[in-house]
Amino acid sequence: MNEIRIQAEPLDPNRELDLLRADNPAIGGIVSFIGLMRDINDDKRITTLSLEHYPGMTEKALERIVAEANQRWEILGSRVVHRVGEMKPTDVIVVVAVASAHRGEAFQACEFIIDYLKTRAPFWKKEQAPEGRYWVEARFSDQEAEQKWK
Amino acid sequence: MITILFFASFREQLDTESEQMEMQGLTDVGSVISMLRGRGDVWGRVFAEGQTVMVAVNQEMTEESAAIKDGDEIAFFPPVTGG
Repeated sequence: MNEIRIQAEPLDPNRELDLLRADNPAIGGIVSFIGLMRDINDDKRITTLSLEHYPGMTEKALERIVAEANQRWEILGSRVVHRVGEMKPTDVIVVVAVASAHRGEAFQACEFIIDYLKTRAPFWKKEQAPEGRYWVEARFSDQEAEQKWK
Repeated sequence: MITILFFASFREQLDTESEQMEMQGLTDVGSVISMLRGRGDVWGRVFAEGQTVMVAVNQEMTEESAAIKDGDEIAFFPPVTGG
């Protein structure tokens, strides 16, 4: 099963992993990426993160990315859960978890999904620092990470 | 009638979340960008030549050359920063 979800509520990665694990006894391994809110970015202390998205398109973009991962690798299930709204340092922003029979497929598919999510899913971060509030700039390294899957 | 949406820094700078308008001469995404740029002021700056503007038509990421038709939802936004 492939679960895709956007939520404003706090995200519990352990629960996502438990649900994925219980879904199919043929699963031999799970690889997960858990994205966290940091309290520092470009030498600024970040106190709050606001995440905006494009309802409707976000889900479609993620479905397309997960579908492509399923075409490329033998996946037995996945969960992509992204938080929106206001967050504090140490909060979980995103969970990408991929299950497969053997680890190789899950490692690759998980990295692929988060790399594509970073450049193709319509989310935008705005940070609050003592200097003020500002929108986070896209990183060139994220573009490069996407390119390696071409 | 087409619906135009703006997200993140674009929404804030333009102080506009969405608007609807008649097609009247608009044929592709590029023509919509030119029309918005032509409003001048902050619109001219957000949609200035050389600015990175991402666009989705009916919630699919696309290019400036993409054709548009009546009823389309066209969204403009800066490069995405999720994850």
